Amino acid sequence: MTRQKLVVIGNGMAPGRMLEHLFETAPDAYDVTIFNAEPRVNYDRIMLSPVLSGEKTFEDIVIHGDGWYVDHGVMLYKGHKIVGIDREAKTVLSEHGEVAAYDKLVIATGSAPFIIPVPGKDLPGVLTYRDLDDVDAMLLAAQSRGSAVVIGGGLLGLEAAAGLKEQGMDVTVIHLMPSLMERQLDPAAGYLLKRELESRGIKVVTKANTKQIVGDRRVEGVELEDGTVIPASLVVMAVGIRPNAALAQEAGLAVNRGIVVSDGMQTSDPDIYAVGECVEVDGKVYGLVAPLYQMADVAAGHLSGDSAKRFVDTSTATRLKVTGIDLYSAGDFAEGDDREEIVLRDANAGVYRRLVLKDNRIIGAVLYGDAADGPWFFDMLKKEMDVSGMRDTLIFGQAYQGGEPLDPTAAVAALPDDAEICGCNGICKGKIVNAITSKGLTSLDDVRAHTKASNSCGTCTGLVEQLMTLTLGDSYNPAAVQPMCKCTDLGHDDVRRLIRAKGLKSIPEVMQELEWKTSCGCAKCRPALNYYLVCDWPDEYADDYQSRFINERVHANIQKDGTYSVVPRMWGGVTSSAELRAIADVVDKFDIPTVKVTGGQRIDMLGIRKEDLPAVWADLGKAGFVSGQAYAKGLRTVKTCVGSDWCRFGTQDSTGLGIRIEKFMWGSWTPAKVKMAVSGCPRNCAEATCKDVGIICVDSGFEIHFAGAAGLDIKGTDVLGMVKTEDEALEHIVALVQMYREQGRYLERIYKWAKRIGHDEVRRQIMDDADKRKAYFGRFVFSQTFAQVDPWSERVSGKDKHEFRPMATLSLEAAE
Amino acid sequence: MNVMMQNWVAIGSLNDIPRRGARCVKNGGMTIAVFRTADDKIYALEDKCPHRNGPLSQGIVHDGCVTCPLHNWVISLETGKAQGADEGEAAMFPVRLDGDTVMLAIGMS
Ligand code: SRM
Ligand SMILES: Cc1cc2nc3c(=O)[nH]c(=O)nc-3n(C[C@H](O)[C@H](O)[C@H](O)COP(=O)(O)OP(=O)(O)OC[C@H]3O[C@@H](n4cnc5c(N)ncnc54)[C@H](O)[C@@H]3O)c2cc1C
Ligand code: SF4
Ligand code: FES
Repeated sequence: MTRQKLVVIGNGMAPGRMLEHLFETAPDAYDVTIFNAEPRVNYDRIMLSPVLSGEKTFEDIVIHGDGWYVDHGVMLYKGHKIVGIDREAKTVLSEHGEVAAYDKLVIATGSAPFIIPVPGKDLPGVLTYRDLDDVDAMLLAAQSRGSAVVIGGGLLGLEAAAGLKEQGMDVTVIHLMPSLMERQLDPAAGYLLKRELESRGIKVVTKANTKQIVGDRRVEGVELEDGTVIPASLVVMAVGIRPNAALAQEAGLAVNRGIVVSDGMQTSDPDIYAVGECVEVDGKVYGLVAPLYQMADVAAGHLSGDSAKRFVDTSTATRLKVTGIDLYSAGDFAEGDDREEIVLRDANAGVYRRLVLKDNRIIGAVLYGDAADGPWFFDMLKKEMDVSGMRDTLIFGQAYQGGEPLDPTAAVAALPDDAEICGCNGICKGKIVNAITSKGLTSLDDVRAHTKASNSCGTCTGLVEQLMTLTLGDSYNPAAVQPMCKCTDLGHDDVRRLIRAKGLKSIPEVMQELEWKTSCGCAKCRPALNYYLVCDWPDEYADDYQSRFINERVHANIQKDGTYSVVPRMWGGVTSSAELRAIADVVDKFDIPTVKVTGGQRIDMLGIRKEDLPAVWADLGKAGFVSGQAYAKGLRTVKTCVGSDWCRFGTQDSTGLGIRIEKFMWGSWTPAKVKMAVSGCPRNCAEATCKDVGIICVDSGFEIHFAGAAGLDIKGTDVLGMVKTEDEALEHIVALVQMYREQGRYLERIYKWAKRIGHDEVRRQIMDDADKRKAYFGRFVFSQTFAQVDPWSERVSGKDKHEFRPMATLSLEAAE
Repeated sequence: MNVMMQNWVAIGSLNDIPRRGARCVKNGGMTIAVFRTADDKIYALEDKCPHRNGPLSQGIVHDGCVTCPLHNWVISLETGKAQGADEGEAAMFPVRLDGDTVMLAIGMS
């Protein structure tokens, strides 16, 4: 059978889910091509707020990585907007001129943020909140630590406000209506929410109508109808969304508010389907994922020949994803003559609950402060259950039904198997319990991977954990510290503490004394333990090479084909003709396929066979090179700029200081890699403000920065403090790194460690407490006496010979 | 039925292989990784991870498994099979100890 051609316009959450269903039921039915205006793979849009607040990274929220498209033979055009559909020829046209033919077309263009048409709306600095680019732009703006105004006090606006606050901005929310989130919350809950936000330092102005956005060349503030001007360097408009239906309209499809589809997701053209926020079914448009996922299921059914599936409107519950705020709302809670309500308030605990009943059935629920019973109420709402029997105790929640107050797990235990736990993905209790028992799942991540529950917005995580406790008993304890790995119940901090307290000095000793559950650990705990022991007992501990990752064991970086790369140190990025000549000779002699300048101001030779490594190092060593430790959880590079030696703006000898730091600190092992940079003036050409430790030279001395990163996360540094001399700069930096060496968890970079213990605490110990600083410095210097041995020359002179040679070479295969 | 003739060859002594480590044996175009566990058991697998051909000999050896250095798949030394949610299998070769001498069997069909 020849495959039909399926073209999908838009690569958001709805079509992503649709394709998952389709590949499950009819993997060979279609050749699929996707055009996505956003230049990226499918990700969990819902989780942009945790990315904005810094709790997650983009990688954490990707739903289908590039590999998924390859595995399913899907052609994904990233950054290709479709500008026309030719229904006669059955083709679509992208803005870059790409034409694709379809047998079936799915339109999933989502929706676009609504921009209020006020003067100034186009000024730079005015953003919306819809995709990763918006988040990136907000994060960039947040670096200035200025003021932000969020227009719109709904779900999106409040999540944006909380995230920007978390990023250090001064945030004001302006909202047209008298109370926040009025579509989901009644005024009482809206008030509690407002109070909570205000207590976090977010200003909230309600009943505020935006007159214009003011600013000359970029935004400077927002002017309200009453003349008040709120200064702002960033304005986020989050006032609502409009379905993206223009493309369908131009193609002559029936369009109302959204693209009109049947309950089988078919548009007015039978070969064209539409799913997601861009559609209108039975007069309604949707803006939460649960109904969109139902559409995805229906459309996938129809595309694979199961035309029995129908979309039915069901109500959806809403939660606000702001850490520490617990609110839940579902159904209809307007007042009315035919309705009764039950309200519970506990001012001390900050709890508010309101149920709206009609004919003895729950039709709406608003919970604030303690939303654990939300799913229980919602379940009864959806089932239209008659609640007259428990009318008196209903509002206290499930735990109070049947007299005795029950513990929360018992409440979950009492839920029926078909009670919905994860609203986003429509996963019920029975399915989760079943997966836990039949597949032997023991961690939340496992449950997420196998059932998708708690995998979208994450607000049902607590419930899923309770189900796990219920199913697995005491063996599952979510409140406990995250154990290092499956070999122990202890967390990293406990292990570090016990290693020192009990004077444990070898890996077997640690495993014995701390009751490891496996005989010799695993690939997670062994490298961590090895580091902790190296750090704590520099003079006594014998490094266990079999517990090091291959790169650190052989002092080169393994490549995907099993060859290695070699990066020698070029102190501070400075080199010479002799060094370059030596590199050139090595490259020729060993026929090294690739020579590349790295992002760390030095030269990488890639594609070297393992057997050749010692000889390569021998030649490099003769020219004075030592290992650049480009593979190490240790000091990597110290980037510098030309500084006062040459640069007309240079204030200090940044190159010299960088070299001095690198020479002082090379060879030290750290919990994760450490990168530094020294810039000669605030123009910052060495990019010192995105390093683990950075220095900005100024006329009056040296501004020391720390806790930056530019890898998986991008984070500007914070200032540790100012010092006057190079000597002081060195002492402070070394002390900071030693403090991190002693406290950091394995693989935790400086910015994460500092976030965990608090930037002020670091400043207090390093800047303000000279005794502490000098003690850290002293311990680092002691440890360096054992660490500063060039690993390459050691191996050239014979150490670990076995690593680089085969044990035997046989030629037993029949000769050809 | 598939009759395999086994050809046992001595490839070196146990102490040539570090505990919780591995050494390679080249056999024509193929590389075989010979592992030694903490309790001195030995195993031989083709030095090719079922995921993307990573050199298993370069991984960390723990209990009866090795963790591939490229993307951390965990391969059982006893069965050659990938553990956990991953699926795949590395080819196994019979090995035994003759006193201190490591004997490897290379199948010839
Ligand atoms: C060679 C180089 C790319 C290049 O050609 O320029 C490179 C290559 C690799 N980087 Fe990098 N990174 C290189 C500069 C960077 C930089 C830029 C910089 O240092 O100024 C960054 C961003 C800055 C930062 O780290 O914050 C960078 C962020 C990463 C990350 C993300 C780390 C993070 O914590 O977010 C990884 C992944 C990891 O370490 O787990 C990584 C990992 C890697 C690894 C080691 C991947 C691996 O595990 O095998 C690559 C090794 C290739 C090799 O064998 O040489 N590389 N990497 C650069 C070597 C610099 C050097 O001279 O030592
Ligand atoms: C910050 C934020 C938080 C949210 N939180 C929640 C929540 O907690 N719970 C919840 O249920 N929902 C939440 N939502 C809503 C939810 O994310 C959306 O309902 C859902 O993502 C819509 O999916 P979709 O596939 O219809 O469209 P989208 O995910 O918007 O995808 C549409 C895609 O189509 C592309 N596109 C548009 N036009 C074209 C074209 N002409 N050619 C090619 N590509 C095109 C767009 O670039 C876009 O990538 C949130 C949304 C945001 C922005
Ligand atoms: S960005 Fe770094 S880790 Fe990624 S492919 Fe390039 S070198 Fe490798
Ligand atoms: S090649 Fe072994 S895990 Fe990928």
